[in-house]
Amino acid sequence: MTLKTILGAATALGLALAAPAFAQDPTKVGFIYVGPVGDHGWSYTHDQGRLAVEAEFGDAVETTYIENVAEGPDAERVITQMALGGADIIFATSFGYGPEMNNVAARFPDIKFEHATGYMQEQPNISLYNARFYEGRAVIGHIAGKMTETNKVGYIASFPIPEVIMGINAAYLAAKAVNPDVEFSIIWAYSWYDPAQEAAAAEALIEQGADIIMQHTDSTAPLTVAQDAGVMGFGQASDMSGFAPDSHLTGIVDVWAPYYIDRVKAVMDGTWEPVNVWHGIDEGMVGFAPFNDKIPAELVAEAEGMIAAIADGSFHPFTGPINRQDGTPWLAEGEVADDGTLLGMDFYVEGITSEIPN
Amino acid sequence: MILGSIQPAVLIAALMVAATPILLAAIGELVVEKAGVLNLGVEGMMILGAVAGFIVAVQTGNATLGFIGAAVAGGLLALLFALLTQVLMANQVASGLALTLFGLGLSALLGQSYVGISPPRTPKLDLGPLSDIPFVGRAFFSHDALVYVAIAIVIGVWWFLKYSRAGLILRAVGENHDAAHGLGYHVKRVRALAIVFGGACAGLGGAYLSLIRVPQWTEGMTAGAGWIALALVVFASWRPFRALAGAYLFGGIVVLQLNLQAAGVKIPVEYLSMSPYLITIIVLVFISSGKARGSLNAPGSLNRPFHASG
Repeated sequence: MTLKTILGAATALGLALAAPAFAQDPTKVGFIYVGPVGDHGWSYTHDQGRLAVEAEFGDAVETTYIENVAEGPDAERVITQMALGGADIIFATSFGYGPEMNNVAARFPDIKFEHATGYMQEQPNISLYNARFYEGRAVIGHIAGKMTETNKVGYIASFPIPEVIMGINAAYLAAKAVNPDVEFSIIWAYSWYDPAQEAAAAEALIEQGADIIMQHTDSTAPLTVAQDAGVMGFGQASDMSGFAPDSHLTGIVDVWAPYYIDRVKAVMDGTWEPVNVWHGIDEGMVGFAPFNDKIPAELVAEAEGMIAAIADGSFHPFTGPINRQDGTPWLAEGEVADDGTLLGMDFYVEGITSEIPN
Repeated sequence: MILGSIQPAVLIAALMVAATPILLAAIGELVVEKAGVLNLGVEGMMILGAVAGFIVAVQTGNATLGFIGAAVAGGLLALLFALLTQVLMANQVASGLALTLFGLGLSALLGQSYVGISPPRTPKLDLGPLSDIPFVGRAFFSHDALVYVAIAIVIGVWWFLKYSRAGLILRAVGENHDAAHGLGYHVKRVRALAIVFGGACAGLGGAYLSLIRVPQWTEGMTAGAGWIALALVVFASWRPFRALAGAYLFGGIVVLQLNLQAAGVKIPVEYLSMSPYLITIIVLVFISSGKARGSLNAPGSLNRPFHASG
């Protein structure tokens, strides 16, 4: 056991020392996932990006991943381990890895770090990247507003962070625009991934009369419940239509592959620079699952028109006049929300009846 | 009224369903601990049961066979634990934790080609006119068979421990294994049997998630239910009916807070959401402090290894 430990440490040290010396060796790319790659949601799509990197560069890269890494202090250990393992670039793919990633980046200045959906960029070797999911949420909100018959939309949210609140607001505004009577029931699951809890949440929402279920959690359980209950829902992160062929209207699909390929290429070429990007439908980071046949053709056309308008910049989901929930004005007529406010969003827009938990 | 538009009958029905997986796992672990063994591998046995039950059900097209398969798989994994701790005298806590990690990994491997498939449906038990009784029918008599099986197991365990000779021996082994050994009882055999029973129950609980509750296979789908079951045993101070009440309480909190949120009732949901875990932590603090053991009715030989030479 002791010998093994020593050997392991020696190997790790050797790799760390050897990494700069053998530049022609495969570029080592590491990925940290918050859930299992088999979640068919968030972590799954990141892993699809990793596989695309392998397909693109073949033997020139070597990718590794660690799944189910809890957000918080333990992530620092895992990221450090990956850095010691000789990684050239590390993608950490959840919001909660911020402080840990910055700590590790300070200790390994030669390694490039990429943090998805993060906001802390305190070291020169950290990039931040995120997708404008609210653009996708606006499109599915529009569809929900038109498709609901009970005028009640159920929304399973994860944690009250700006990313999630922004999604609720975008979906609500779009639904409200086409259906003034629409109401949102929001359940906070306090988890990104807990199939049983998500299923129970979907059941509670349907019990309260919701006939459309939206989710900002990663499992396919809410869709299965929707399918059983004969109501409709939207997938999350990847195409989940296989889990609920009748109920799955469409879904936001995360497309990380082009960004990952681009960044790994930059490391190979030695042109990597820290960036802070927020890509949307336009750049292809936010995509959609196929539209269900249940959606009438004219609504599909409307949705596609909306997608095109968001892509070319002629429409922004947060365009005034919009008031905050308490009735105070936020955006004036024609005014468009700035990215800073969106990224720090901690308020609902006018019309949503529930309150954001602290 | 604080419940707003929530129908109490629906709420009771939902909490019985939500509580069943942890109840099954907890009642199994209760027997294990009554025999003086602490098996922290409940989560691992549950998730293995979840995947094994799912695979068997999909392959045979029969949900009942799936549940049997889940119990067998949970029991087999528990047998491994019995081998480690009773024959090879490995540390129970470490072996249990290893069992959880092993179960999580093995289930992910086995389940790889089963992601995204729907299992055969488990029909609701037809209780005839009982289900038509207003309120009571919806709340108590509109479930699948496993909900009642779980309650039956609780009653069976209660009777077994309290009234049967074998139950008395099992308790003796758990309270004082040296004395039980002195009386000529096979401490290790009794413990091994209890461990396997615990594994089978945990496996059933896991399969309840993958075949009825969700119903689907996804990696890590137990999401900590096994740990709640462990805490529940202590919470119930090793008494079967308290475990039943505790499971319904835990399940009830989960369901109630979700329903309150869905109904738009303004309550501090974050506290309700974390309450099962808070109770778990408090209870685990209690279990680990020596003083509280006696007052909590903990089996005297719990987590103490037995060796005949001792």
